[in-house]
Amino acid sequence: MDSENEYNSSQMSDDGFMEDSDVDMDDGECLLFAAVLSESDFEVEEEDDVGFETQDKDIKPTKHAYEVDFNVFSPADIHAQQDKQIAETSSILEQPPEATAILLRHSRWNKEKLVEAYLERREEVLEEAGLGEEVQKHPPKVMKVPGFVCDICCDDDEDMETFAMKCGHRFCVDCYKRYLRTKIKDEGEAARIRCPGDKCNRIVDSKSLDLLLPPDLRDRYNELINRTYVDDKENLKWCPAPNCVYAVDCKIKDRELMRIVPTVHCNCGHYFCFGCTLNDHQPAPCALVKKWMKKCEDDSETANWISANTKECPKCHSTIEKNGGCNHMTCRKCRNEFCWMCMGVWSEHGTAWYNCNRYEEKSGHDARDAQARSRQSLERYLHYYNRYANHEQSAKLDKDIYLKTEKKMTQLQNSTGMSWIEVQFLDAASQALQQCRQTLKWTYAFAYYLARNNLTEIFEDNQKDLEMAVENLSEMFEKPIDQLKGLKRDMLDKTAYCNKRRIILLDDTATNLKDGEFSCAFGMMGFNVTLP
Amino acid sequence: MALPKRIIKETERLMAEPVKGISAVPHEDNLRYFDVTIEGPEQSPYEGGVFKLELFLPDDYPMTPPKIRFLTKIYHPNIDRLGRICLDVLKGNWSPALQIRTILLSIQALLGAPNPDDPLANDVAQKWKEDQNAAIETARQWTREHAKP
Ligand SMILES: [Zn+2]
Ligand SMILES: [Zn+2]
Ligand SMILES: [Zn+2]
Ligand SMILES: [Zn+2]
Ligand SMILES: [Zn+2]
Ligand SMILES: [Zn+2]
Repeated sequence: MDSENEYNSSQMSDDGFMEDSDVDMDDGECLLFAAVLSESDFEVEEEDDVGFETQDKDIKPTKHAYEVDFNVFSPADIHAQQDKQIAETSSILEQPPEATAILLRHSRWNKEKLVEAYLERREEVLEEAGLGEEVQKHPPKVMKVPGFVCDICCDDDEDMETFAMKCGHRFCVDCYKRYLRTKIKDEGEAARIRCPGDKCNRIVDSKSLDLLLPPDLRDRYNELINRTYVDDKENLKWCPAPNCVYAVDCKIKDRELMRIVPTVHCNCGHYFCFGCTLNDHQPAPCALVKKWMKKCEDDSETANWISANTKECPKCHSTIEKNGGCNHMTCRKCRNEFCWMCMGVWSEHGTAWYNCNRYEEKSGHDARDAQARSRQSLERYLHYYNRYANHEQSAKLDKDIYLKTEKKMTQLQNSTGMSWIEVQFLDAASQALQQCRQTLKWTYAFAYYLARNNLTEIFEDNQKDLEMAVENLSEMFEKPIDQLKGLKRDMLDKTAYCNKRRIILLDDTATNLKDGEFSCAFGMMGFNVTLP
Repeated sequence: MALPKRIIKETERLMAEPVKGISAVPHEDNLRYFDVTIEGPEQSPYEGGVFKLELFLPDDYPMTPPKIRFLTKIYHPNIDRLGRICLDVLKGNWSPALQIRTILLSIQALLGAPNPDDPLANDVAQKWKEDQNAAIETARQWTREHAKP
């Protein structure tokens, strides 16, 4: 795993657009890493010429325009990073590691700011973090106060234990503990829990927490404290996959998100966007995705009818349910073959049957709702939405079919003695389909906002090519099991072709996006302008 | 479950020392559920109106804020169609030391000072920013129509 990590990062360090970004100085580790990598980088390029293909196919010698630099860190890595920063800061501040950790957390892991503030106004900084001399001399303690009434529970018992920080907002200890429990357990707060007093911004310091925290909350508290390190660092994000423990480091800044779609790949297998942490949405930029999803939500009632799972056969009008990812439909009743996307006759699509990716004002009207025809903008939207939703649904159906196929393949494996490795081509094909459909889906959202220029044609051609490749591969999954074995070579080729088309599409689009070549139609500001 | 002392005390005080322009009466069969009315503040487009709200104290009250919602239709940038209210003290700025009384006062203050920059009802906030006079007129009209005393 380690060597793979190095490799992944090494092929990423020879990018073009990172050259102006300064090396993060507060991360000594990264500096070191970068130095080591640029060396190995050199070797990789040399090796490239002498048959790099024999290596793991995941190790790509060059980086594409749509790829960004990133590193994946395990919880142990994150711990180590924190310890390292604590050790470094500790020697600068001449404070013990425990106190340094508190100070760093208090300053949201901004080491430079902390050191600067500490040198300027040491006592104040210590005091704010709950480490001041005052606190050392008079550590926080619970006490009984005669005549005290707790504002939270309204109790006024004579021997009720109470607590207050320096701000003087005093409550009974039971309420204070209940408050901490709500914050830590229910709201997941840890490093910056505020005083329970109204409008009081004082943070409950670590000494007070030591005193008040019930034992059963300590583990949870420590876990949360560990998490805040990632939350506080702009270049670190948790992988959003359920139960995933990894964090990803990526240097892409928010202001770059109009031109770069930073998809990262976690060690758990999940692909997600570092900008917005949604599932991979290349080639569409984050702001466009947000706008599109909002639109789909707002228009869902009108759009639902079109994304429904069933359609009528254009010939005999019997209801047909889409049961596979492929768009080639055959009516069970009249054997009419048609295209699910445009409802056109399948035979007429011929070899160039994929002209249904583009919205042509004249074509395809016949099969569409007469009411919608008069509503040009809605129709235009539905055109793209329909295709967007179609790929989303098809990806699910492809997966269903694959799971069924996989089961049967296992049986086949048992009966014919085919090895596990021999059936892996199905797995690869399925993964390619999932990924390509994900990309295609977002190309339609992207195309919806795109103003026409000479680049949009290239974009649409790329889209068409990928779509054709995907449908060809998807269709193979619907073949009977006994034929699959014989289709292995063909399927491998088609899988490779799909992946290739996807890379071309993403690469072209990312390059143009980076160069600010796209502009936007329909009320959305240009991609090269920052959205509010 | 017995009603916590805190809720009993608060209710008693609401009855004994009512706040001007605000009433909150618990249901007899559920002492955590209150019928609330707030009078529109003077000099505001809600002046002259009486607004009904419902207020519920969840089990972990006062660790978590009361749940509160307008029942009377109201045209306001920080209150949405379902009557939900965008108010900091009902969310992140809630403190267990706050009370029903203070929250209702904050809501009354919100009626006197709408904040279209922190909107809950986007369309209303938009109107408010584009043409404040027209928005205020609509708010007046809605008050006359829906918030009759
Ligand atoms: Zn108390
Ligand atoms: Zn306080
Ligand atoms: Zn993950
Ligand atoms: Zn994103
Ligand atoms: Zn038919
Ligand atoms: Zn078609």
